[in-house]
Amino acid sequence: MSIFVNENTRLLVQGITGREGSFHAERCQVYGTNLVAGVTPGKGGESVLGGVPVFDSVRDAVDATHANVALIFVPPPFAADAILESADAGVPLVVCITEGVPVRDSTYVLRYLEGKSTRLLGPNCPGLISPGAKAKIGIMPGNIHMAGHTGVVSRSGTLTYEAVDQLTKLGIGQSTCVGIGGDPVSGTVFVDVLKAFNEDPDTESIVLIGEIGGTKEQEAAAYIKEHVRKPVASLIVGQTAPPGRRMGHAGAVITGTAALASEKMRALEDAGCHVIPTPADIGSTVKAMLG
Amino acid sequence: MKLHEYQAKELLAGYGVPVPQGHVASSAAEATAAADKLGGRAVVKAQVHAGGRGKAGGVKVAADPAEAGTFADAMIGTTLITFQTGPEGAPIHQVLVEQTVDVERELYFSITTDGGRRLPVIIASAEGGMEIEEVARTQPDRVLTEPIDPAIGLQPFQGRRIASALGLPAELGRPFMALAEACYKAYMAEDSSMIEINPLVVTQDGNLLALDAKVSIDDDSLFRHKAGAALRDTSQEEPLEVAASEAGIAYVKLDGNVGCMVNGAGLAMATMDIVKFAGGAPANFLDVGGGADEGKISEAILLMLSDQGVEKVLVNIFGGILRCDIAARGIVDAYGKADRTPPLVVRMLGTNVDEGKQILADSGLTITQVDTLQEAANAISEIKA
Repeated sequence: MSIFVNENTRLLVQGITGREGSFHAERCQVYGTNLVAGVTPGKGGESVLGGVPVFDSVRDAVDATHANVALIFVPPPFAADAILESADAGVPLVVCITEGVPVRDSTYVLRYLEGKSTRLLGPNCPGLISPGAKAKIGIMPGNIHMAGHTGVVSRSGTLTYEAVDQLTKLGIGQSTCVGIGGDPVSGTVFVDVLKAFNEDPDTESIVLIGEIGGTKEQEAAAYIKEHVRKPVASLIVGQTAPPGRRMGHAGAVITGTAALASEKMRALEDAGCHVIPTPADIGSTVKAMLG
Repeated sequence: MKLHEYQAKELLAGYGVPVPQGHVASSAAEATAAADKLGGRAVVKAQVHAGGRGKAGGVKVAADPAEAGTFADAMIGTTLITFQTGPEGAPIHQVLVEQTVDVERELYFSITTDGGRRLPVIIASAEGGMEIEEVARTQPDRVLTEPIDPAIGLQPFQGRRIASALGLPAELGRPFMALAEACYKAYMAEDSSMIEINPLVVTQDGNLLALDAKVSIDDDSLFRHKAGAALRDTSQEEPLEVAASEAGIAYVKLDGNVGCMVNGAGLAMATMDIVKFAGGAPANFLDVGGGADEGKISEAILLMLSDQGVEKVLVNIFGGILRCDIAARGIVDAYGKADRTPPLVVRMLGTNVDEGKQILADSGLTITQVDTLQEAANAISEIKA
């Protein structure tokens, strides 16, 4: 089992005829994901990647193929519209990989999604993968993953790969790995993923990887303290970053003391998490935690 | 992207926010003429992208136009060092010459986006003229945060609530609502990430005035703000960071001697952390990005090496979309072109790692290749620079 995706996942890719879109759609397909449709306005009727039909609109694609997950690779000026189109078509999970979406657009999108059944992951995220369900909805290298019972949630892309690699090398498999993305305003936050992992019978332990900036890790800590009885290991990166400097992720700006690595680590430790002391100790800390 | 105070005030005035009369000046003569137009007595304010100007000597009150010219002459062409600039300071190319204002009360007003609420928020406090972080820490009940629903915008009842928290008299209720609405409109229309008016003042003749103003624009929105993009003043930024941003590389210069080149912001921060834990000091944050090719890897390394503080280099690549063989070719290319070649530790993992390692091994360069983060940290700290 897994969270958000499973064996019944039917993937549609928005922007499938673009360079990034076609490259990653194929990687998802090769991994085993059931890729059922692509959407590129103006290119309806074509087919790509060995017979995947392309549609002009998400609604057409959903009507014809019953796609239930959308993966977005359209450029930043058009990303918000792509998310809204999938939500309007009732797609339950929308994963937006696009980096550089203006914050105002994300704010409007999330206001529109309130009260609707669509979950947004991202923007500016690597996506999610469930090795057991052979579902890869994103840009992560599939081959480093291994099916198992540890859930991984992170704000970062390559650092998540690092974490997964350390786990797999120690024989610790993953139920689902979710990259929530580094933007200051994003659809799915730590708490949403923790809640899903907590309720997933197949997830037995959790790895949470946070960063400096914002207060999402504190919200996660409060949720863990209140609700989560599964073991959680947590790492915060940016412990050595100087205050007030933007470190690539717009979300990672130290604005107040709550945004400091030390404050986040304290909150997570106080919630009963196993603190991962350095980024080199992710695998070993989880192994020790699992006993 | 930060705006200068004079740009911020021009922008806000365009939306109807009351600001002091003033003129920007690039020379003593212009400053003298500006003060003359304002009636003689004037405030001369250094235009730099940093707070704390007053304490650093960047804000002076001139008694007459001649003195305004003298102050401008002393400021323009120098650098201003405030607690926000770091020891190198920020260059002053212009001053803002403004009317003097008789202040009755100083208030704080800002708009930003709260990532937790995922909404724009107005932050207001009766404690103006101070660092709002400090007020929030020591007197949290003196700071009001009012979220705004972007579907309907700022509502009058919210304006009344904020005005009441600021202790404004009844007759300033309407002018305050007009000011708050103008700021909110500017915030959304300009894709701002922050508008901060500190202090917002009540003048002795009973009017509201934005005495200082800071505006930042969301960099990711500049594709739809061509005029806004032209307001960028790169002289206020670290030159290497400007060059990096033009090349699409996320780079932040730091004070250490270990140059770090990494793909991905999170992994870059993790790499800096392990360098520090192993007793070293990172010279920079550098995220070469996901879709980097050989040329961009090479460019990133050359850029990093142009910081003379870099005495050794750690490359950490987790190959996904970026293949390790491509990264290896970029590294070899950069070290072939560089005028100096500090000791190099490379840790690569992921897609095509074996090909990548072979390319480095065959390059004839002296490269310490390692497999794990811990080995990378150990190897870099063992190099005596």
